[in-house]
Order: sequence, then structure tokens, then C-alpha cells
Amino acid sequence: MNKREKPITAREPVMTSVSRSGIAVPASVDASAVHPENIGRPGEYPFTRGIFPDGYNGRLWTIRQYSGFGTAEESNARYKFLLAQGQTGLSVALDLPTQCGYDPTHPMARPEIGKVGVSLSNLSEAEILFEGLDLSKISTSFTINGTAAIIYAMYLAVADKQGVPREKLTGTIQNDILKEYVARGTWIFPVRPSMRLIADSILYSNDVSPRFNAISIAGAHVRDAGATAAEEMAYTLANGLAYVEELRKRGGDVEKFAKRLSFFFYVHMDFFDEIAKFRAGRRLWARLMKERYGVKDPKAQHFRFGVVCGGSSLVAPQPYNNVVRVAVETMAAVFGGAQSIFTCAMDEAFQIPTEFSAELAVRTQQILAFESGIGRTVDPLGGSYFLEQHTDRMEEMIAKVMSEIDAYGGVIPAIEDGWMQLRLAERGLERKLDTDAGKNVIVGQNFFKKENEQIGVRELFTLDPTVAQRALEKFQRVLDTRQSSAVDVALAKLSAAAAKDRENLMPYLVDCCHAYATVGEMVSVLKNQWGEFKEPVNL
Amino acid sequence: MNELKTKRPLAGKRILVGKPGLDGHDIGAKIVALTLRDAGAEVIYTGLRRTPLQIAQVAVDEGVDAVGLSILSGSHKELVADVIAQLRALKAGNVKVFVGGTIPGADQDVLRELGVSAVFTADMSLDEVVAELAHKLS
Repeated sequence: MNKREKPITAREPVMTSVSRSGIAVPASVDASAVHPENIGRPGEYPFTRGIFPDGYNGRLWTIRQYSGFGTAEESNARYKFLLAQGQTGLSVALDLPTQCGYDPTHPMARPEIGKVGVSLSNLSEAEILFEGLDLSKISTSFTINGTAAIIYAMYLAVADKQGVPREKLTGTIQNDILKEYVARGTWIFPVRPSMRLIADSILYSNDVSPRFNAISIAGAHVRDAGATAAEEMAYTLANGLAYVEELRKRGGDVEKFAKRLSFFFYVHMDFFDEIAKFRAGRRLWARLMKERYGVKDPKAQHFRFGVVCGGSSLVAPQPYNNVVRVAVETMAAVFGGAQSIFTCAMDEAFQIPTEFSAELAVRTQQILAFESGIGRTVDPLGGSYFLEQHTDRMEEMIAKVMSEIDAYGGVIPAIEDGWMQLRLAERGLERKLDTDAGKNVIVGQNFFKKENEQIGVRELFTLDPTVAQRALEKFQRVLDTRQSSAVDVALAKLSAAAAKDRENLMPYLVDCCHAYATVGEMVSVLKNQWGEFKEPVNL
Repeated sequence: MNELKTKRPLAGKRILVGKPGLDGHDIGAKIVALTLRDAGAEVIYTGLRRTPLQIAQVAVDEGVDAVGLSILSGSHKELVADVIAQLRALKAGNVKVFVGGTIPGADQDVLRELGVSAVFTADMSLDEVVAELAHKLS
């Protein structure tokens, strides 16, 4: 029996000859595995080696840490801290009431105010959140989906208030509702009106804030829920195509809107799977744009993506090991050619980060960027016999999963029927059972445990217990001081526009924000027109 | 896992798996629901965004032996206390409550003091989860 095939035991991890995505990995690969015609040059179609000819020489990836908690005041202070540490873009985490469209006064909202992100219930909170930050210079990313169009409207309104021209705004709203139905759960409306709202925001943004990415099509969440690297990319590209179709139906010009589609992924620990995933996804997307839609402008073929390192790959036992995991994952993101990177903090498995752990996560990126030199030359692993072969195999596997989704009838029916959700749950179970059985090694969790080990970190973040009360008081003050007739008029216009199929809702949402209408009020108006998503619960 | 399917340590038990609050991360709840079913239990899964009252009401209507709550949003103390209070108000204080999710160690003690029978975290194996449930429900 060869060493690589030793049976798995509880105590001794073995190296398997299959990657975590299920791709066979030979012990040795030679030059015959490389097909130069598939690869091309950096900055040239099909962009296997990256979308820019000079890689990170032209511009380093954006160091962008997901952050936000409590009220706008606390988050504003954390942003200023992170920028002072050398972070180069903001990434706003919003609390669940804001994400699900409930005002802080709603009974469902109360226990969740300010917990997983900042409470942003109306324009006055956004004014506080961005106080002292120059929106013409700082790019801001919002992880927001169900209420993305509203938060984007609020951002435009803050820019108006700061006197920043809208065309100068840079940043991203996630605005990817399809994966919310599958894995992240902050849906509000049924699938089809949600697709309309997304098309509204993208088309509007292309015109008024052309440097802003009005969508970031995200694989990260299905990945964390159990999808393999190949499935993550396949689901994401399939969702991306569904948005392209929707935008074309609305009369959008693919040469124009495709330039502002962006993507977002997780990177987990199987190093070459991850690098191959990014290279294969970039090549597949370019081919789809060119061959299926006849896109000519290379910028509209570009697959631009942000990456988050960590998530469910970071574990609670022996938590300091997570620092090492994040470093390895960040390297994979860099070798994959990411445009922006967010490194999770090592205490991810317990709580949102402390100032200490958030800083360490930023430093990890800075060490890789400025000490290691791995970004000096573009796609430094390009041409590696193994990596090129693995990229080809990854691409085949992604295409196969995409064809399975096509065979079902596409992502929208697959989601409405709950097919994708169930498929993902089964995958999640499989991954967990593999981990329990020791087939996936997690150092400190299923191997190399110590006797009577205490699980924990020295310091944990604690949220100020007065957050909810302060948010509610501020909210009441806004209700008391705003001009309620202006709010009523703006909401009535929004309602009338929502009743029409083709009216772009964005100008109405911006007007509502300027009138200090609340997120909950705007969502209620739209719910009255469109109803709510009915989750298919089939297990 | 095959062993679970043959031994069925939870045969005859009815268990409600619930997602209280706004947290949308449901993979853990679904994995546990599928596992408990494999272990022989009759499982009812609520789906997302249930209020504590809704969960307690379903628990009573379905006559379950246990309620499992999955929470990853940091709102576990408030939501679990509320579910337990609602169960007691509906005279179902005997229904055992289990919690799974991202629960820091100190909070696990708080939950147990509230009356939670056991707290499960992601680093535990599914076999451990089933064994603990079988023990607490025997």
C-alpha cells in the first residue's frame, strides 16, 4: 500500500490525492499538461493571467476590512481607526434590521440592533456614519442585499449633503439577492420584483455614478454553507448570467453595464484549488461575455473580484492558528489576482473583531503586500505545469455544475423551487461528515487537540449594552423632527412608481431618503406592492 | 453516520429545529435537522425569521420533546430567554431547549443558567450532538 492511500485514522492525518473540490491531483505533472492557447498573456483575453498586464504594479489590491457595529457613532470611529492603520477602502457591515428592512422599533428588530453591523435606519444615521470622511476619495463597499437599492439611495443622498458630485463616488453595493435566497437569508421580496429592483439600481448607477459598482455577485456565502470551490464559482457565474439577462430585458447595453459587474468570493485553505478557481472563473466569464453576448470592449469582459479570507475556515479551537490560515488564504487570493481583499480576524469564530484582532488582520495583508514581494510580477505562478492543469480541470468542473443548473431550467426556478437550497444543505452535511470523519483536516479541531484544552481568546469584543436604547432614541428624534408631509408625499410617489413595471425606482428612493423616510417605511411600501418571498422549506 | 441510521438513537423523539430572529445563516440548522432525522427523530424545521412566540407555539402544537435553536447573529441571550419564557407561558416549560451557533464560552454558561439543556458549537462532531441529545432526552 502506498503511503498516500493509508486508511484515515482519528490520530494521524493523511495527505489525499484529491483536492477539496474533488479534482485528482497527480504526484507529479510535466510540461505536456500545459495548453498555452488556453492561457494567453496577462491583461489579454481570455484573462487567465489577470485583467491587467502589470498585475499589482499598476495598483495594489484594495485592503478593505468588513467592519461596522453598534450605532453610526461607534462605526465612524472604527472606520477612522482602520484608515489610520493604512486600510485603503471602507466595507460597511449593516445590522440585520437594516438588512431585512425593519426599523429599530419593529419587534423583530429589537434583539438584533447594532449586533452584526451598524444600524442605518435613515439618512441622519448615514450622515453620522460618514462624518469627516471624504466620499469623493474613499471607496465604500456595503454588504447589503434585500435593501441594497435603499442603502445606495442613502449613500447618494449623503454625497449630496456633503456636496460630493455623484459621479465621483466609488465603491460597491453587494446587491446580489439570488444568493440570499440560497445561503444568506436576508431576502425580503419575491425573486422577480427583487430582480427588477437590482436592474433599476444598476442601470441608474451606470448613469449617475459610473465609477460605482452597483452589484457584487457573491459566491462567498454558498461557499461557507458547504459548496466546493468549483460549485462556488459555478453558482456565482450562473447568478451573474441571470443578472445579465435581466439587464438586457430592461434594455441595458451589455457593453456598458458589464464593465460595472463585480464579484466576491471566499478563499478557503486548499491553496491551489483557490488559485485555480479564480483563474478559471476569470477565463470562463470572459468567454461567456465574448462568445454568448458578443461583448467587444475588453473592460466589459473583465472579471473583477473581491475576496474574503477566512469565514468558516476559521475555527474556535486553538484560535491563534487562524492567523496562519488567513495568511495562507491571502496568498492564494493574491496569486489568483484579486482586486480587493478582506482578511477575517482570528477571533472570527467567536465574535466580531476587537481593535487588536482587526489590526492584526490588516497587518497580515500589509506584510504580504510590502514585505514578501509576492505581488511584484503579475500571475507569478502562471505557466506552472500543475497550476495550469489544475486551472483547466477546475474550469471543466465549474462548467459541469453550470450545465446542471441550466438543465434544471436556470437559477431562478432552481431557487423558487428550493432545489439549490436543498442541494447546498446536502453538500454542507457532506462536508461536515467528512470533517467529523477526519477526511478534512482541521488542525486543533479534529487533529492535534490537546487534553482539556480551554477554547477561547484572551480578549473578546463586547458590544456596549446601551446601543439599542441609543439607536431607538435617535430614531424617535428623527421621527419627531422631520417634515412628515414631505415623507408622505415621497412614499406615495414611490408606491405609485413601484406599481408600474418599467419605472426606475431609484430617483424615488433617493427622494425618500432626502425626506428622512426610514428603511422600514420604504420597505413596507414595496411589500404592499410586491408581497414577500415565501421560503421553500423542503428538507 | 451509517451507524446513526441503523442504531437510530433518537427514534420516537419529536424535535423542532428553529431559526429565531433575523439571522439568515441556516446551513447549521439544516445540517442538524438532516442529522437528527437520520438518527431516527421526527424533525420539524421552521425556516427563517420566526419570532420566539411562533417557535413556542409550533412546539406546543406539535407536541415536541425538544426545541433546537440556531443563532449566529450574537442575539442568542435575548432570543433564547424569550423562547423559554414563551414556552413557560404556554405551559410547555418541560420541553427541553438546545442551542447551536456562534456562542462565546461565557455566554454558554449564561444560556445554561437560563435553562438550556446543552449548547452546541461548530467544532463539535454531529455524533457528539446526537449523543448529547439522546442522553438529555432519555
